[in-house]
Amino acid sequence: MQSLTSRAKQVDRSPMTVVERLYLWNIFKGMWITLKHFFRKKPTIHYPEEKRPFSPVFRGLHILNRDEEGRERCTACGLCAVACPAEAITMEAAERVSGEENKYREEKYAARYEINMLRCIFCGLCEEACPKDAIYLSETFAPANYQRKGFIYGKDDLLIPHPKENPEEYQKAVGSRAKAPANA
Amino acid sequence: MSLSSLAQQIHLWLLGHMSEQWTLVLEMIIAGILVISFFAVLGLVLVYMERKVSAWMQIRLGPNRVGPKGLLQSFADTLKLLIKEGLTPDGADKFLFNIAPIGAIMVSMLLMAPIPFAKDFQMWDINIGVLYVSAVSSLSVISILVAGWSSNNKYSLLGAMRSGAQIVSYELSAGMAIMTIVILSGSLSLTEIIQSQQNGWWLFKGHVPVIIAFVIYIIAVTAETNRAPFDMAEAESELTAGFHTEYSGMKFALFFLAEYVNVFIVCAIGAILFLGGWMPLHIGEWTAFNHIMDYIPSSIWFMGKTFGLIFLIMWFRWTFPRLRVDQLLKLEWNYLLPISMINVVLVTALAILGWYFK
Repeated sequence: MQSLTSRAKQVDRSPMTVVERLYLWNIFKGMWITLKHFFRKKPTIHYPEEKRPFSPVFRGLHILNRDEEGRERCTACGLCAVACPAEAITMEAAERVSGEENKYREEKYAARYEINMLRCIFCGLCEEACPKDAIYLSETFAPANYQRKGFIYGKDDLLIPHPKENPEEYQKAVGSRAKAPANA
Repeated sequence: MSLSSLAQQIHLWLLGHMSEQWTLVLEMIIAGILVISFFAVLGLVLVYMERKVSAWMQIRLGPNRVGPKGLLQSFADTLKLLIKEGLTPDGADKFLFNIAPIGAIMVSMLLMAPIPFAKDFQMWDINIGVLYVSAVSSLSVISILVAGWSSNNKYSLLGAMRSGAQIVSYELSAGMAIMTIVILSGSLSLTEIIQSQQNGWWLFKGHVPVIIAFVIYIIAVTAETNRAPFDMAEAESELTAGFHTEYSGMKFALFFLAEYVNVFIVCAIGAILFLGGWMPLHIGEWTAFNHIMDYIPSSIWFMGKTFGLIFLIMWFRWTFPRLRVDQLLKLEWNYLLPISMINVVLVTALAILGWYFK
């Protein structure tokens, strides 16, 4: 009969020899395997203390970006909300008043910016849609929460730390993939 | 400072303070407390050991969260079992249902009596120690049958019947294996059997027949204590939990504890019969080596050998798949029993002709 694949193997159905029927040899072989396992290095990762690195293309929690002077980049244009297939993004725009130039980069900004992490599918389309490089997906995922409302992330959760006032936290949050503020 | 001298000191101190009868009573109470606390510690240690061994054999880490290296894991489990409600099913025979786990634990407690834990350190030095152990250990089947019957559950009953068939049949070859050593040492007393291994353990002195007996003994006691690959009585995948399906809380814990203590006891007996109990390892004329071995306390020798055998039995458990009932009984009646019968004849010839190493 012609075999379906080149890797097909004929099953050996010949009756067992006396040595095979004694099973003793195979018992020792089995015990040798478990003994080897006993002394093998365990591949376990101690999760909360030790984390596996995410891949650089991992799409995790969103971050609202600031420019190099620490001004919010978002202009509340709503393109991300339009692009979002899960309709997870809500925002409210506000106009910048004089004296707020150090807080917001352009005349219009997002007074309220919320992402529902239960709806979000982490597709990254908001990142692609944003004309201001104001939003990007980081390399962490949303931590567990006891309540549904805890998953609605507001601006305080999403905004990146201030690059001037809190440079260490900022560097940590930027991660390896953020668009560098200088060339934006 | 050995365990026997400690016991002797306590004995003399008590004699100096009260009459002989009261000394005896107090010593019994002390021994009882020691046995119960030893039980508790043994249960905790063996459960932890089993979980670690199983994990390592499956390339896992095992318990490592509760306490350093997960050492407190079994304490946490015990606490949980203590707090849990001990349910009694409606249809169960209440009296038998509640008495069965106590029976199981009492059998294992009785078995503790004649075991010499160290040189001159044993509770009850009877001259028929081996007979006593094999007689009392067969009682454990009663509590399992009672538990299975009184639960009013098909799984429990099936598990109990399997266990009954299994324990009764494997006791034969275990008894035959024990008999070989009795024939060679010419005594039923555990102390004398250990004394007869002064110049070498029976496993090494007795040629091939004793090695065969040892292998048979290990297989038979694995079956007798209802452990995988012979855990037909529990067989999670077929009978949920076999005879203790309906048990919960502390009543379940007693069965669990009894199983582990039984493992300890059969391994201790195996160590006494075949590996010289608390006798240190001596190799022929290597005087220096023998002297170093003598410095290790006898209690450590005993515990080391016993735990070595326990590890062997755990190793079996995590290596082999469970046998089918018919395979299990076939293995005993068609192979082990004839082999051990012939083996006993061989050993008798060996003993009469004096062909073992002296």
